[in-house]
Amino acid sequence: MIYLDNAATSLHKPEEVRLAVADAMLHMGNPGRGIHGASLDAARMIYDTRSLISQLLHGDGPGQVAFTANSTESLNLAIEGIFRPGDHVITTMMEHNSVLRPLYRMEDRGMELTILPADQYGCIHYEEIEAAVRSNTKAVVCTHASNLTGNINDLKTIGDICKKHGLLFLVDASQTAGVFDIDMKEMGIDVVCFTGHKGLLGPQGTGGICIREGLNIEPLIVGGSGMQSFLRTQPEQMPERLEAGTLNCHGIAGLHAALLYISRTGMESIRKREQSLMRRFYEGVKDIPAVTVYGDFSRKSLEQRAPVVALNIGSLDSGEVADELTVAYGIYARAGAHCAPLMHQALGTVKQGAVRFSMSHFNTEEEIDQAVAAVRELSREQELI
Amino acid sequence: MRRKELKTVVTFHTVTEAIAMETACIREKIPGRIIPVPGEIKAGCGLSWVMPVHWEGDILQWMEQEGLKWEAVGEYLI
Repeated sequence: MIYLDNAATSLHKPEEVRLAVADAMLHMGNPGRGIHGASLDAARMIYDTRSLISQLLHGDGPGQVAFTANSTESLNLAIEGIFRPGDHVITTMMEHNSVLRPLYRMEDRGMELTILPADQYGCIHYEEIEAAVRSNTKAVVCTHASNLTGNINDLKTIGDICKKHGLLFLVDASQTAGVFDIDMKEMGIDVVCFTGHKGLLGPQGTGGICIREGLNIEPLIVGGSGMQSFLRTQPEQMPERLEAGTLNCHGIAGLHAALLYISRTGMESIRKREQSLMRRFYEGVKDIPAVTVYGDFSRKSLEQRAPVVALNIGSLDSGEVADELTVAYGIYARAGAHCAPLMHQALGTVKQGAVRFSMSHFNTEEEIDQAVAAVRELSREQELI
Repeated sequence: MRRKELKTVVTFHTVTEAIAMETACIREKIPGRIIPVPGEIKAGCGLSWVMPVHWEGDILQWMEQEGLKWEAVGEYLI
């Protein structure tokens, strides 16, 4: 099996991630729900993981990192917890449904929404952000990288625009956390939503939200917090304000191990490896006559894009291609809409979908070459039709 | 039960604040440990930091310097 669906979830995890989860299941109690060793060990590990995340994102410290189940929960939390009817929010066609659907729901409740268009390469144009700003604009919410094309947004440029107009800046880092540099202070970011199971190499069911100190987000859910139990309301203090109920301590232990692995290996080294594999695949498929590759692969972009290549072969249905890749070649790629409906609209691939190949630094050159060969073979069949 | 002694007790709003305190105290070799919030301070569950009253430094000043957050500091017979 050749796994090239890392934008959905990274399958190959460092060995220590698996061991950390198993170890946590043997030894860790409920974090913050007692003062015995099992509970405190869990609380200490959770705290250390908050610190590692805050360092990774250049946040305002461990107290500003709350854990959730995934990016989707974090984005719902941020969008529902910050915006109110009458607010205007700017987003883009590059977004995943985890951004779009919470925004649509808020729009139904009276929030105003502007969706910036993307061009035929799937790129937005930053000057259009400024043009969309209104007197009641509260924030820009956007992805760091498209999960479909791999195109990356320049967060510093967007952050500067937000700062200039006094807007909040919320970033969906689902495709980039753990691989690309994110500096909340330098880039002027107020909220980063991340998932633990993609580039961060942790277990599924882990994720979180890193919030600039001073920004208040109303909790999505309320309940047990381990402290201030006689209050009728959720405690005011972060991060427990946003963390009702028992955390996924076992999963977070895996995420903790993954963060240490990333720190040891080096994010730049991981990124360069993934980009090299992405480039190898792109160079291998781009000139195959029946193949259409989506996204911005210009020289400038190639140096700074997420390790994703989406393509179609002639007019073949993307699901059919992905199925053939699985059954005949043992290559696991992702077909369909990728929960990115507006991106497909921009690319003109609503009906056909696209086949997305997404690389991990654990992939090998041989695997990439086999995937290229499979695409070439399927294309040859298509050319004969 | 152990004999009660006068101790300094620091209470917190959140578990995160308590663990931040413990982490910093361990790093700086400041004596103490986490205990349940004593009933004479307040009812309910939660973590507090207990340490000798005669610690050489000024714990409040030190916590401020470290950027730690807490709810209250007091001396209790516990």
